Amino acid sequence: MTDIHAKEQTNIKFTVESLNLFYGDFQALNDINLTIEKNEITALIGPSGCGKSTFLKTLNRMNDLEPNVTINGNIYLDSVDVNKDMDAIELRKRVSMVFQQPNPFPKSVYDNVAYGPRINGIRKKTQLDEIVERSLKQAAIWDEVKDRLHKSALGLSGGQQQRLCIARTLALEPEVILMDEPTSALDPISTMKIEDLASELKKNYTIVIVTHNMQQASRISDKTAFFLLGNLVEFDTTITLFSQPSDKRTEEYITGRFG
Amino acid sequence: MHDSPMKKRIKKAKTVDSLMTKIFYIFGSFFLFFLLILAAYIIGKGVIDFYPELLTFTSKGIGNQFFNTIYLVFLSLVISVPLGVAAGIYMAEYSKDGKFLTFLRICIESLSSLPSIVVGLFGYLVFILMTGAKWNLMAGALAVSILSLPLITTTTEDAIRSLPKGFKEGSMALGASQWRTISKVLLPACLPRIATGIILAAGRGFGEAAALLYTAGQSTIINWSNWDITSPTCPLNPFRPGETLSLHIWGMRTEGSLNPNASAIANFSAAVLVIMVLAFSLLARVITRRISKKSGGLI
Ligand SMILES: Nc1ncnc2c1ncn2[C@@H]1O[C@H](COP(=O)(O)OP(=O)(O)OP(=O)(O)O)[C@@H](O)[C@H]1O
Ligand SMILES: [Mg+2]
Repeated sequence: MTDIHAKEQTNIKFTVESLNLFYGDFQALNDINLTIEKNEITALIGPSGCGKSTFLKTLNRMNDLEPNVTINGNIYLDSVDVNKDMDAIELRKRVSMVFQQPNPFPKSVYDNVAYGPRINGIRKKTQLDEIVERSLKQAAIWDEVKDRLHKSALGLSGGQQQRLCIARTLALEPEVILMDEPTSALDPISTMKIEDLASELKKNYTIVIVTHNMQQASRISDKTAFFLLGNLVEFDTTITLFSQPSDKRTEEYITGRFG
Repeated sequence: MHDSPMKKRIKKAKTVDSLMTKIFYIFGSFFLFFLLILAAYIIGKGVIDFYPELLTFTSKGIGNQFFNTIYLVFLSLVISVPLGVAAGIYMAEYSKDGKFLTFLRICIESLSSLPSIVVGLFGYLVFILMTGAKWNLMAGALAVSILSLPLITTTTEDAIRSLPKGFKEGSMALGASQWRTISKVLLPACLPRIATGIILAAGRGFGEAAALLYTAGQSTIINWSNWDITSPTCPLNPFRPGETLSLHIWGMRTEGSLNPNASAIANFSAAVLVIMVLAFSLLARVITRRISKKSGGLI
């Protein structure tokens, strides 16, 4: 890698080049090109079924778990091809994910959060305690669970479970956090807390967030990508995309005329 | 006042609902009563026919058969649980859909419907005749394992497959390997269901007679002061002949009926066997419940 090349790349976390994805014969992503910058929040918007979750999953190769998925094109994380030159497990430690449906493990609250650090070989109780507390505080759920850390996480409400899943991801301290509609099950107050958290986290992390909420995208994101039927219709800074969209379909979508 | 059509429909739905609930209650209680009556009858007869000598570990008592039964079930579980659980994990998590898996499924299904006398004779052929050994507990345990393996395999596979997809995804998304995901998340989550499979498998061991006839054999010569495991009369030697309780019952009702106490021995053995099976499943449930609760699991 030359110096000039390196300089060009410094602020870019992900580069996606002509990405196509097929579920069997069905093409779910069609020639996607975009770059995701470091320490920014990138929002993915678009109507249901347009491929937002699918695209998000390509960034940490969660699609590997599905049978019959074919991917072509390239995705680079810090200039390394994630599909060819990286181990999926290493990749997922660096690029972790919060899912659309909260999915805590049938374990205690504590063990859920400590799961990631334990994978990374952290065994010391004091260190784990510290990570668990910090992560739960960051995810704005500490006060609600601090007295029941050793009770099952399945007893939490849906919104609490989702914040627990966020804490579980934070405990791993990845470089990139992928969030698939993390606030769709939350009340306005916890939503606000998560949004504040995201804005806070971008100092140290890179965040990609799927959302159906236009206000949320415009409140917290730096860049926004608008997807439609597997195509990336428009990708721009959030301010530009929401104030002067260049594509008619984007305008129609953000003003609520369809989708 | 006339009910609106909506109200009528709700009313009808409620009637149907309560009717079905009653019907299911009736079915449920039928089986419960059936089980209770059967157990009470068997245990009652055993108690009536009881005399103290039955409790001895001699040829007059059933102590040796009692021990053999536990030991044989233990041996068969030691063989079949690791194999069956591993096979179930393979089927649920590692195998790819296709011809091979279909073939494997057919094999397992046919294995599970093999008559036990066939397995017994197969065991006699392979574990006794081919090895040139005498009838022994290990051969019996292997024969019972053949019968219980498909049961453990299918319950494990079904248990893993029925877990929410999110457990696996959540773990993998945190950079866990597939094996870690299986051993730390999936298996603990379906432990209660796997335990059910193991209880059923143990039940086969407790109750089996035909498969043991020509494998574990119908004799027991134990010297309770001999703890040299290589000796043929040591209780813990798995390569000694060992008659189990169910075989003993069968024996007392056939050739053993010359024995004047045959019927009393059989009745009491049956009572002990029923109590053993009940105690074992209760114990297994309590243990899994405790483990599952401790780890914050589903129940
Ligand atoms: N595992 C799969 N197998 C086959 N088709 C799939 C699979 N997952 C998603 N799809 C299809 O791919 C398309 C994109 O799905 P995706 O889940 O990415 O949409 P989305 O934009 O996240 O929608 P939503 O906003 O409802 O979550 C849909 O048409 C969906 O039916
Ligand atoms: Mg989605």
